[in-house]
Amino acid sequence: MPRVKVARKSTAIDMTAMCDVAFLLLTFFILSAKPKTQDPTKIGIPAATIIGPIPEVDFSTILIGQGKVFFNVEGDDVRKKTLEIMGDKYKIAFTPDEKNAFAGVESFGLPIAQLKGFLDMDPKQRATFPQPGIFVDTTNTNELYDWVHSARLADKYLHDKELKIGIKGDSKEEYPTVQKVISSLQKQKVDRFNLITALKSK
Amino acid sequence: MAELDTSGGGKHKGGKVRTKKKATRVDLTAMVDLAFLLITFFILTTTLSKPKAMELIMPDKDDLTKQQLPVPATRTMTLLLGNNNKLEWFVGEPGKSQPTVIGYGKEDLRKVLIDQDKAIKLTHNGQGMIVVVKPSAQSTYENVVAVMDELNITGIDSRAIVDITPVEIGLLKRDGLYK
Repeated sequence: MPRVKVARKSTAIDMTAMCDVAFLLLTFFILSAKPKTQDPTKIGIPAATIIGPIPEVDFSTILIGQGKVFFNVEGDDVRKKTLEIMGDKYKIAFTPDEKNAFAGVESFGLPIAQLKGFLDMDPKQRATFPQPGIFVDTTNTNELYDWVHSARLADKYLHDKELKIGIKGDSKEEYPTVQKVISSLQKQKVDRFNLITALKSK
Repeated sequence: MAELDTSGGGKHKGGKVRTKKKATRVDLTAMVDLAFLLITFFILTTTLSKPKAMELIMPDKDDLTKQQLPVPATRTMTLLLGNNNKLEWFVGEPGKSQPTVIGYGKEDLRKVLIDQDKAIKLTHNGQGMIVVVKPSAQSTYENVVAVMDELNITGIDSRAIVDITPVEIGLLKRDGLYK
């Protein structure tokens, strides 16, 4: 009686399909990837139940954390124009290089007098530079007021849209700082804004 | 599991020199490894959840003096936000009605809001409650967001964030919610 031989199978697996799937997923993730933006200060946002999406263009974010205020406006073109308007207002001439550098800066919190020096640094130095925050108080002449106002003008000029404003505050931030920010927004008749929150279940 | 080329490598003696037939199959293992490594990296670095926001509408400061409707104090509920994640509430005018200290939880604030809204609707021919939120300097941003969220959940649309008065800070101090 002949012995039943178990056919020896090759251990090599056909990986073509696996490779296809892997690359398909890879393509998807590369295309959908938007690098995480690093906030200049540590911010833990509070959670809320009833929330809606926020726009990605024509949007400006005011970060509040550890008593400091930071400002950011979406879009390189709007950012550049904002800086030009601010430069005119404060009589500071920014070079084209500095304007380009500013277009790539996400959030910043510096008095405008220090901004020129900040933009002349190389990106690595900028990342570690301790930013003191934008000066804000309840008067009409604080710098945050001017930044928001310039950004609104810039957005209106470039895109003919109303700039929407979001406030991203740290949960543990005491209310007076938030109040100062809100009151300088209300001074320019911005009564409608978004509080950026995380989703919480009921 | 890489495939090793085990086909003979020696020369045929005296025979014709043949070009070796190569397998058309390529070893994909390394490629798949790399692909999965990159996938893992991109999955970990992407933020799939976009940030969301709660809309906040503040009353126009200038219009406040021009068109104010007379509102009976019995319809307004005042929330004073103190420290240590506590707040106190009262209906009516400060000083006349005693405030109650509660927390921000589902069982505290939301229940009070729903109950008071119902009670006020009964006594005022279906007109709803007006909520005045007064955050003190020692309350946190989180507290304000929590209150606004509860108001959104309970559907109380007449609300406003107003600056706190010294009298009300006095109330908070008395109840130990303000240092």
